[in-house]
Amino acid sequence: MNQLAEYILEMNDITKEFPGVKALDNVNLKVKKGEIHALCGENGAGKSTLMKVLSGVYPYGTYSGDILFNGEICQFKDIKQSEALGIVIIHQELALIPDLSIAENIFLGNERAKNGVINWAETFIQTETLLKKVGLNESPDTLIRNISVGKQQLVEIAKALSKEVKLLILDEPTSALNETESENLLSLILEFKEQGITSIIISHKLNEIMKIADSITILRDGKTIETLNVKKDNITEDRLIRGMVGRDLTHRFPDHTPKIAETILEIKNWTVWNPANPEQKVVDHANITVRRGEIVGIAGLMGAGRTEMAMSIFGRSYGKKMEGQIIKDNKPIEIKSVQDAIRHGFAYVTEDRKNLGLNLISSLKENMTLANLRKISNKSVIDEGKEIVSVEELRKKLRIKSSNVMQLVGNLSGGNQQKVLLSKWVFTEPDILILDEPTRGIDVGAKYEIYTIIHQLADQGKGIILISSELPELLGMADRIYTMNKGKITGEVLKEEANQEILMKYMTKVG
Amino acid sequence: MFIALVLIMVLFQVITDGILLRPLNITNLVMQNSYVLILAIGMVLIIIAGHIDLSVGSVVAFIGAISAVLSIHMHLPTIVVFVISLAIGACIGAWQGFWVAYVKIPAFIVTLAGMLVFRGLTMLILKGESLAPFPRNFQLVSSGFIPDVFKGSSLNILTIAVGLLCTVAYIFIELNGRKKQKKYQLQTTSGPLFVARIIVIACLINVFSYIFATYEGIPYILVILIALILAYSFVMKRTTMGRQVYAIGGNANAASLSGIKTPRVTFWIFVNMGVLAALTGLIVAARLNAATPKAGTNFELDAIAACFIGGASAYGGIGTVGGAIVGALVMGVMNNGMSILGLGIDWQQTIKGLVLLLAVAFDVYNKNKAV
Repeated sequence: MNQLAEYILEMNDITKEFPGVKALDNVNLKVKKGEIHALCGENGAGKSTLMKVLSGVYPYGTYSGDILFNGEICQFKDIKQSEALGIVIIHQELALIPDLSIAENIFLGNERAKNGVINWAETFIQTETLLKKVGLNESPDTLIRNISVGKQQLVEIAKALSKEVKLLILDEPTSALNETESENLLSLILEFKEQGITSIIISHKLNEIMKIADSITILRDGKTIETLNVKKDNITEDRLIRGMVGRDLTHRFPDHTPKIAETILEIKNWTVWNPANPEQKVVDHANITVRRGEIVGIAGLMGAGRTEMAMSIFGRSYGKKMEGQIIKDNKPIEIKSVQDAIRHGFAYVTEDRKNLGLNLISSLKENMTLANLRKISNKSVIDEGKEIVSVEELRKKLRIKSSNVMQLVGNLSGGNQQKVLLSKWVFTEPDILILDEPTRGIDVGAKYEIYTIIHQLADQGKGIILISSELPELLGMADRIYTMNKGKITGEVLKEEANQEILMKYMTKVG
Repeated sequence: MFIALVLIMVLFQVITDGILLRPLNITNLVMQNSYVLILAIGMVLIIIAGHIDLSVGSVVAFIGAISAVLSIHMHLPTIVVFVISLAIGACIGAWQGFWVAYVKIPAFIVTLAGMLVFRGLTMLILKGESLAPFPRNFQLVSSGFIPDVFKGSSLNILTIAVGLLCTVAYIFIELNGRKKQKKYQLQTTSGPLFVARIIVIACLINVFSYIFATYEGIPYILVILIALILAYSFVMKRTTMGRQVYAIGGNANAASLSGIKTPRVTFWIFVNMGVLAALTGLIVAARLNAATPKAGTNFELDAIAACFIGGASAYGGIGTVGGAIVGALVMGVMNNGMSILGLGIDWQQTIKGLVLLLAVAFDVYNKNKAV
């Protein structure tokens, strides 16, 4: 009990097996009191599994090894028990109920009540205090569905605070946030540190980790590789990547010499009105050109109108009222539906692969051919042999890891799902490929492979529009970058001239 | 589930002292349960697309009433009555499909309304009474047999011949499929297993055709059923239309963003359900030889239960025509077996309910085990 001062959490020799796989293999994690401890590793390295063991999602007995919290051995049977000790985990996919208010969500399962009757006055007062603590300026009775993802994240944290959290675990907290929101969140975590709350943060964004973490533990293939002290060990991002993938990735982005040719697409004066609020222009007189073989980046904060612009161009998938001109190969064209868009050679790879991109309960094969069934059918009768052969070819080309093309997409890892989504659109043989956050939430290795595929597609003479919230990705991949703010194109920067500062300046420019 | 069906059949065969598989009873079983089979085919499409149709029972009664008026009061020829009835079925489907697909009202509500509306209209048309009898050729749909062209004395030779023909066709299709699988280097079942399966199914086909042959031969209704089953299985498995239905049920947003006209597909599967419900209405009216205000009561529940017993997912995106048929047969064999045993409707309902729950629970358990 004397060493209690040093470590708030010790996880010793944790081994967790699933049928056929060892997800965790003698993992050790030691977290000092009051520090911010980052957990790094590729997808499937075992980070989330480790946190599920810690929080009691996988109860005591289903794993081997010891968990010591404040020097005492813990044997959690469920999440309630770990939360009682102040261990709170905020998952990547938020667990808020959209149709309940902020206050109701914060005290869900933990209601301020007497004999089952809720004391609303107390609930609201306490909610306001909590919201002030996390810097969220919203009324406690606002419905969750009416606030942005960034704000929802803050509500989750407020909820954690309401449980008197001692160890806060954040799983990919910034993956759905834009730069400003991420900044806010990170400084909030630093503030908590001042107040003595220990945090474990799981993130793919190495720059964020470098910014706030005191220690970093790297996992790879279910094993602890090393624990680094940020101050002492003089850590660089490359150093972390080496630990995570087990080899040097000399470049985060593959080398590529663009072969840019004539203009393939011009968007002129593209304006889109918000379907929920007909007064508001979500996209405002945007002008964009794309040339064959060129990767055109679009930078912008969340809500800048990037996705809305892309989806409205792609067969009016967003919005009801819009105007402007689309010129492809120097000919004005009219796109009224998704079918039109596909026929004119457009492809849109959505940022939301689970809800808008893939049918998770269906096979690789059926997902990959869905947008171009005509190619594998004759008078609407599907030639299954032809289908399997062409899908198999794509699967090999994009190196999708699956047992075969019949496997369900829902059982694949995030990176492989993203590749399936990408290959679904490659299969339509598009001329213009709009990629919306194509590497969100996937690991470094898979990112590199997707970048390579994007380069190959560009080299085939396709025009590529790359929407991304990660500025390094745009800087590394795009030949030319447009910045957007509040629906307007606020700048156009060539690759050679671009850097984060310039982009940020334009992204926040008004008018 | 196919194995469960076989087990249930064996069980009832034993406890009914062999009555279940008697030629007369097998023929009866097909005729009595044709309504669930046809409705289940339409219903499984709707369930795969992520919707539900509660109105089919009422539509069955409504079409029965319409056909009775056309046939008995107006003395229209049977063929004309059939065409008009099926067209009205299509219109009913279009009506409900319009609300579901284009106005985006949940199918549960639209078809619940339809259930009340069409039951009400049935009573209006029939003025609360039954209409009977139908002309002789109208009744034939549900009770007629294909005449034996070979005029066998105790054995219907045509039936045996058809059985043999089907066996040949079946073996040919299987071999062809296997050749294709080999060509594209897919996994194939091992040789002995493949041969064993062919032999078992070939035997089954011929045993059943023999059973039919020793009674009156092939009922017309069986021909309709088999044609529907084959056609719809083909559409769902092998055509782009089928693919689109699965895609909509699996993830409607993703389907729309892949260029599938989601509302249009949804609309048409409701039209299809309307036509199949109308067909069922005609068959039920012909079999009862009367149109009654109470006809088709709870048919929707039997059809829905058949789909779920047959492995369809209540969330859409999963299910097969074959599965729904097996599910419908499970219900049918149980209905029939329990009737032979003299169990009352009270016990029949209770047991069917439990079987539905157990079948789905078993499915869920299997899926969880697989993950």
